[in-house]
Parts: sequence; C-alpha cells; structure tokens
Amino acid sequence: MPTDYGPVAIWGVVLAVGVATFAIRASFVYLFGRVDTVPPRLNHALRFVPPAVFAALVVPSLVVTDGSATFAPVTLSLSEGFALSVGNERLLAGLVAAAVAWVAEDVFATIAAGMVTLWLLRFVV
Amino acid sequence: MSSSRLPSEVRRAVRDVSPILLGIVPFGLVSGVAAVEAGLSPLQAVGLSVVVFAGASQLAMVDLLGRNAELVVVFLTAVVINLRMLMYSASIAPYFRDFRTRWKTVSSYLLVDQAYALAIARYNEPGDGDGPTKRERRIYYLTVAFSLWSVWQVCAIVGIALGAGVPQSWGLEFAVPLVFLALLVPAVSNRPSLAAAVVGGGVAVAGEVVPVAGGTGLPFNLGLVAGAVAGVLAGVVVSALGDTAVTTEASH
Repeated sequence: MPTDYGPVAIWGVVLAVGVATFAIRASFVYLFGRVDTVPPRLNHALRFVPPAVFAALVVPSLVVTDGSATFAPVTLSLSEGFALSVGNERLLAGLVAAAVAWVAEDVFATIAAGMVTLWLLRFVV
Repeated sequence: MSSSRLPSEVRRAVRDVSPILLGIVPFGLVSGVAAVEAGLSPLQAVGLSVVVFAGASQLAMVDLLGRNAELVVVFLTAVVINLRMLMYSASIAPYFRDFRTRWKTVSSYLLVDQAYALAIARYNEPGDGDGPTKRERRIYYLTVAFSLWSVWQVCAIVGIALGAGVPQSWGLEFAVPLVFLALLVPAVSNRPSLAAAVVGGGVAVAGEVVPVAGGTGLPFNLGLVAGAVAGVLAGVVVSALGDTAVTTEASH
C-alpha cells in the first residue's frame, strides 16, 4: 500500500500537523492568566475524544475488508453435521487481544496476544 | 531542603517513568514499521516522528497516506485525534505558569498522554505543603517527558530500520489496530464512554461500507472523522441523559 504522494506533499502535511499539534499543546500553557480554564462544557466533551477516536480507528480495521464488513469471528456450518470454522480472522484475533487488554492493561501483552492469534489462525489452523 | 531534593526529583521521575517507557516500546516500533510500509522514506518517517510526536495521530496519518487519502483529510484526522491534548494543556497550565517562555515551549512540545498523567499525579501529591517548587516541577516534568521522547524516537528509528525487512505474510500492519485497542479498552470506563466508543466505531464502519454517490463509503476517507464526531456527541448525550449531577461534578 505504498503512497503515491511525493516528498513535498508528505513533508507539507507532516509540518502542518506538527504546527497544529503544537498549537493544541501550547494553547492553555501560553494563555494561562488570560484564559483560566477550558469552558466546562468543552472540557466535558473532550473526555469522549479518546474512546470515540480509538474505536473509530480500531473497529473498521477489524471488520472491513475491501469495502464490506464481516461481523462473524467464526462461522457455524450445520450442513455436514456440526462444523465450526474461522470467519473473520482479524476480528477473532482482535477479540482475543481486547480480552487481554482488559485483563492485563498492557500494550505489549495486547499486541503479542493479537499477533500470535492471527499467526495461529493464518499458519496453523 | 529544596536543594537536597533536586537530584531526588530526577530520581523520582526516572523511577516513575521507567515502567511506562517499557510500555511505549512496541508502540514506537509499530509507528516506524508502519511509516515505512506506507511508503514514507526513512527520513520522512523520522521527520514525522520528531515533528508530530504523537503516536496515535502518526499511525492514523500513515494509514491514510498509504491509502492516498486527500491531504486535508489526513490533516483533519490527525488534529481530531490530538484534540484531547487541549484538555491536558488546560489542566497542566497552572503548574507551568511561572516557567520561562522557552521552558513553556519545550514543555508544550513534549506534552503527551503519559507525561501529562505522571506530572499531574506528582504535582497533586498530598502531604507536600505547598507542593513541589517551580524548579522541582520543571525538573520532574522535563525528566519524564524527555525520557519518553528519547525512547519513542529510538524505537521509531529501530522500527523504520526493520520495516522493509519484514515479510508481508506476517501481517505486521495488524499491530496498528492492536495498539489502538490497547488504548481503547482503558478509555472505556463508564456508560457514556462506552456509548462514545460504540457509536464512534459503528459510524466509522458505516462510513467505509455504506454505498454513497455511486461508490463505497464516505468520500475522502472521512469515516474516521465522522465516527469521532458522532462518538463524542453520543458520549455527551448519554452522560446528559444519565447521572447529570455526577458528571458535572466530575468535569471540574
């Protein structure tokens, strides 16, 4: 998936995001004294940025493949007896990783659990 | 007393930040690998890491650049992800108010989730009388923040060096959503934040798969921004519907 953008476009967007991010970080540090606090309602809304953004980043990458969504981590077939097979391998690995993240609260353990599950599903099962 | 506490402030900072440094290693590595896999040159990848220095937004930018999204969308997405730092800036500003301008500038540039969390915890520690002095506040914060910065950059560079050499079939790009998952799970701590996550994730998926104007998904890869905005609104609405008294109390 290499990008088609050239160096000017990439450096341009990197610098623009860098400046904007610095402005966000520095905003109240510089303004303090003139503006004491974030308006409470804005502060309240900002609390929901992390869960909303992180979910919006995670969920599509677990369920969307080539423009369509697959929500079944495993598929059940009853035509020839009882057969359970892997459906969406990324979703299944993601669910395992989510369980580990919940219990261990550790980035490294979460990545390891998800990657190992993906490899088992891809190379072993 | 305060002079004898100076070196101890550095030691405290190092002791507090060490376990967190270990935790950002895989995140930093992934950021480097992902940048190279998306087609950034090693120099551009290092530039991104140094100039932006905000992991979640770096990963999202790299992902969108790899899919040739509009540059405005790349910019907008990164800014939305980093908006939470407005909250950190406001919260930590009183403790930086007496710093010289140059230290305010350096401290702002280094303001990331973990540096904010540790510094606020240290500054609000009970039983310190007036709390740490200006010098102690500065030394503690800069030690923590610069340690995070150094480890992040070293890991990114290692990731950039590794990036090209990893076989495609390993699916290493899958580590990116796993990093976000590790950030998402602790961020969902109550009903409103759960609503924000469910709506944010749902709208983002819809934004990629729903047929729009003859194509699939929202134009310009706007699904993430749409999901983020819808998720934040859902969080606000659910907390307003629910325990109004408790949430207004908690927001101060």
